[in-house]
Amino acid sequence: MSGERFLQGNEACAEGALAAGARFFAGYPITPSSEIGEILSRRLPRVGGKFIQMEDEMSSLAAVIGASLGGLKALTATSGPGFSLMQENLGFAAAAEIPCVIVEVQRAGPSTGQPTSPSQGDVMQARWGTHGDHPIIVLAPSSVREFFNLTVRAFNLSEKYRTPVIVLADEVIAHMREKIALPAPGEIEVFDRMKPTVPPEWYFPFDDTTEVPPLASFGQGYRFNVTGVYHDKAGFPTMRPDEIEPWFERIFAKIEHHLDDIVEVEREMMEDAEIALVAYGASARSARSAMHAAREKDLKVGLVKLKTLWPFAEAAIDRVARKVGRIIVPEMNRGQVRLEVERVVAGRARVLGVNRYDGEIISPAQILSAIEE
Amino acid sequence: MKQPMFQTIYPYLRTNKKFPNVWCPGCGNGIVLGSLIRAIDRVGLSKDETAMISGIGCSGRLPVYVDFNTLHTTHGRALGFATGLKMARPEMKVIVIMGDGDALGIGGNHFIHAARRNIGLTVIIVNNLIYGMTGGQYSPATPTDSFATTAPYGHIEQTFDIARLAEAAGAPFVARSTVFHVFELEKLMEKALTKKGFAVVEAISNCHTCYGRQNGMSTPVSMLKWMRENSVPISAKDSKGEGKITRGILVDRDLPEYTELYDQVIERARAAGAEGLR
Ligand SMILES: Cc1ncc(C[n+]2csc(CCOP(=O)(O)OP(=O)(O)O)c2C)c(N)n1
Ligand code: SF4
Repeated sequence: MSGERFLQGNEACAEGALAAGARFFAGYPITPSSEIGEILSRRLPRVGGKFIQMEDEMSSLAAVIGASLGGLKALTATSGPGFSLMQENLGFAAAAEIPCVIVEVQRAGPSTGQPTSPSQGDVMQARWGTHGDHPIIVLAPSSVREFFNLTVRAFNLSEKYRTPVIVLADEVIAHMREKIALPAPGEIEVFDRMKPTVPPEWYFPFDDTTEVPPLASFGQGYRFNVTGVYHDKAGFPTMRPDEIEPWFERIFAKIEHHLDDIVEVEREMMEDAEIALVAYGASARSARSAMHAAREKDLKVGLVKLKTLWPFAEAAIDRVARKVGRIIVPEMNRGQVRLEVERVVAGRARVLGVNRYDGEIISPAQILSAIEE
Repeated sequence: MKQPMFQTIYPYLRTNKKFPNVWCPGCGNGIVLGSLIRAIDRVGLSKDETAMISGIGCSGRLPVYVDFNTLHTTHGRALGFATGLKMARPEMKVIVIMGDGDALGIGGNHFIHAARRNIGLTVIIVNNLIYGMTGGQYSPATPTDSFATTAPYGHIEQTFDIARLAEAAGAPFVARSTVFHVFELEKLMEKALTKKGFAVVEAISNCHTCYGRQNGMSTPVSMLKWMRENSVPISAKDSKGEGKITRGILVDRDLPEYTELYDQVIERARAAGAEGLR
């Protein structure tokens, strides 16, 4: 459905999933993400895809992983409490290298929080929520159009690197409406996972001589084992350090060697900036308004908008640290990304947070007053 | 002439998998796996069209030894993974293997909902009456008054009756046998494999290491004898069945299968056209 349309963020996400080729959704309703499942329950069967409402979020992500192994591009959508329940299977997907997309529309927390109020409190949960070291990719949209784009991109990255990808949206972006022009199907770059071309007896689904081994679908003649247990290149459980280490190194390297492809930031008015705003999601919108207001007052303020939250944009922040004296990080949490910025800046510039965690969004005026301080 | 058992099993084993297996000598898991392979062989399923999915536990290690599409998942969640795979590939025969703790404790909610949906999965529950892998703590199937490492004064809870639970939840086929009654077990598995919909076989198995040792049956043989003496075929249920485990086909009925129903959803959605129903 291309052409100009007035869409809600969650609708744009569902359109993005379809455009990326998603053909399976499993999920459990939770505000402010429920529209994504509702829309896909209507749209997926029309293109021969499938939707199922599962009994909870644990089985939802499990079903998504199962469908992906069956060869379908698959996603789920949830919010913080449901995302907490998905964590074990998220780690499974990372360890077993099964492509899948998890859309998390953040709401205030902890616990049930304020169910319909916005928040950005799950940045660290998205990075470290599951147990054990693991690689992860997390994207954060700050407009309806970007929710569409980043959902497509989430599928592409997930297929390309055989890894789960999280789209970490927030209530503001999910429920706001904007007029956007959706690209025609042919205009969208869509990446499909690599399939093996070797005969089955030569196939190693976890081959350590390549960064991203091709993934056969179940039922296609390549019979192999998939497990969350440490495994060898054939997928069989192993306790041998000489087999575990190369596998562990590889699943990190396949991401870390491709940061240029994965980490995306947008820089605005940074050429002459003396103060930088580092922001993402809904807060990036307020930050942009604050930047323009500050420029009217002849204050040299620029914006670095993070579209990829994890892996963290170290190179981009390093550049900022060498350039400006002050960095302001507005977030609807107590400073989760600020911690990362401080780590990279390492004292080279002053890093300040503008934070809100009472269920209200950060206003441009709030950021402007931090700029003027 | 009847083939010796091992000749049937051998072609299904993974020659590239490093044996020996992880189980204690004499564990019932091997008998369950042997029965399942012979049932698969008799039904004539191809290896490529067969998937075997398990959860976590000693029983969760069954699939890795056999040459199918195999998936070893997280504790209790095998049915979720299987639901996704079955929906993506309805033409595949998807077999799910779970322990009693896996299926009824941590995965109990998934079990009743998968049964209610009647999604086409063949479900083998290896009921060894205990949490084996973690060392003998009580499970939802541990008999009242028996002992476990977490029931040192005797177990005070009621047990789940797997068959009645599955039936009430909506499963069209439910059967039960034991690893002592191995030929019966294998026939029931064969029936389950050919049944359309959510077909459950409860295989009562011996964990002499964890359950047996704590309950006066520390050898495989003593546990197999216990199975022989404490179970009756369903035909003898009324005459000799008092307090005993009934074996055989307990439920067999025809109900619409989920992935077939979903095909109708696809047809309806396509007929409704671009704007959908609403
Ligand atoms: C989420 C989670 N909780 C707990 C465990 C630990 N654990 C592993 S196996 C198991 C019990 C297995 O018992 P059962 O399902 O009856 O299988 P058995 O080992 O007896 O075959 C438990 C509790 C785990 N792996 N994951
Ligand atoms: S602990 Fe029990 S179930 Fe596990 S392998 Fe040993 S006998 Fe079998």
